[in-house]
Amino acid sequence: MNTEALKDLLYKMADDQLILGHRNSEWTGFGPLLEEDIAFSSMAQDKVGQSWQIYKLLHELGESEPDMVAFMRNADQFHNCQLVELPNGEYDFSLIRHFLFDMAEQIRFTHLASSSYEPLALLAKKIKGEIKYHTMHAKIWMKQLGSATEESVSRLQNSLEEAMPYALGIFEPSKFEAELIKENIFCGEAVIKEEWTEQITAILKETSLKMPDINSVQPIYGGRYGQHTDNLQPLLDEMSEVFNLDPTADW
Amino acid sequence: MSKTKDISVEEIRSWLDGVMDPEIPVLSLNDLGVITGIEIQESGKVKVNMTPTFSGCPAMDYMKRDVEETLQKNGIDDFDVHLSFETQWNSNMISDKGRAALKKFGLAPPPKHNLIVDIDLLEHSKCPNCDSTNTEMKTPFGPALCRSLHFCHNCNQAFEQFKPL
Repeated sequence: MNTEALKDLLYKMADDQLILGHRNSEWTGFGPLLEEDIAFSSMAQDKVGQSWQIYKLLHELGESEPDMVAFMRNADQFHNCQLVELPNGEYDFSLIRHFLFDMAEQIRFTHLASSSYEPLALLAKKIKGEIKYHTMHAKIWMKQLGSATEESVSRLQNSLEEAMPYALGIFEPSKFEAELIKENIFCGEAVIKEEWTEQITAILKETSLKMPDINSVQPIYGGRYGQHTDNLQPLLDEMSEVFNLDPTADW
Repeated sequence: MSKTKDISVEEIRSWLDGVMDPEIPVLSLNDLGVITGIEIQESGKVKVNMTPTFSGCPAMDYMKRDVEETLQKNGIDDFDVHLSFETQWNSNMISDKGRAALKKFGLAPPPKHNLIVDIDLLEHSKCPNCDSTNTEMKTPFGPALCRSLHFCHNCNQAFEQFKPL
């Protein structure tokens, strides 16, 4: 087993979950409806919990404790895609990001449920069941707001176009794609991207939204290799504020 | 040597009937289905395996601690309570007794499924108060990760559903 390749895969997934989980939690207390406030807060809890489980797998492979890994690294040591670190913006942007990211995630964990690395396969089986509720939520809103008023459609369309280059960055190939595929640990980003494109296109077809021509969109890469926007470090500073004041604090 | 020699797996299981889900105090861990194995090893060590309901469920650590305390209270000193995904929890594992307790508590029990959860079945959940299916799902998320929010058009009451997983 190529441990370096496996760790790279686990880190990028755990970091995606942690950072988007944190962004989702920023809606707590600010959601446009009580139910939506609860939805984003619940998804935050799921995602942070899932990141913790993946960091635990990394710990078993010799990395530091989950809390250390989550709170002690700088932005350039994170492997999340840039999509998840972008500020929440208005609700239309948060919904679009939620839709684009969670659809990809559902496909990813469905494939990983048959990974040759058993601990990951077991966890993926668990996560894919939980994510169903996230994609269900995202699809409901795409269908409702994506065909509602001129304003809701144009807001979502603008956010979709803004988010798309970053969303394609989810699938930035790692330097270990070939090894991971060869060892049946992971099917590779290209497979996920293809299924994702198909599913996203089919859902958007049921709305008044238009799927951008992704072949003419330049993906924004770099996140998987530690290159981030200026939005990540302030998020990390805030997230680790209590830990940095008192690493033994319990809350 | 602790007194483990004289006790049985069934006895340990019966102690756990008294350990409740901290967020749903009418449901024991046995009825919830999170206790996936109890073993008394030759050395006398008691091993209890547990599996999380949801991977981000903050109550799991409390449940684990409650199991450890229950073992200690019953005179077991040598034990290992282990949380793992090896045996995976799904909502079918909630016992009939547990389902009845949930309903009485006002929480719709999760519909049984064939392990491929079609969450459309949440659209017309059965109201725990009046048994009507003239209901609508308000949101797949609720006050805990395992609950969704619904409204019953028959008795005009909001209710919560323990989500099928």
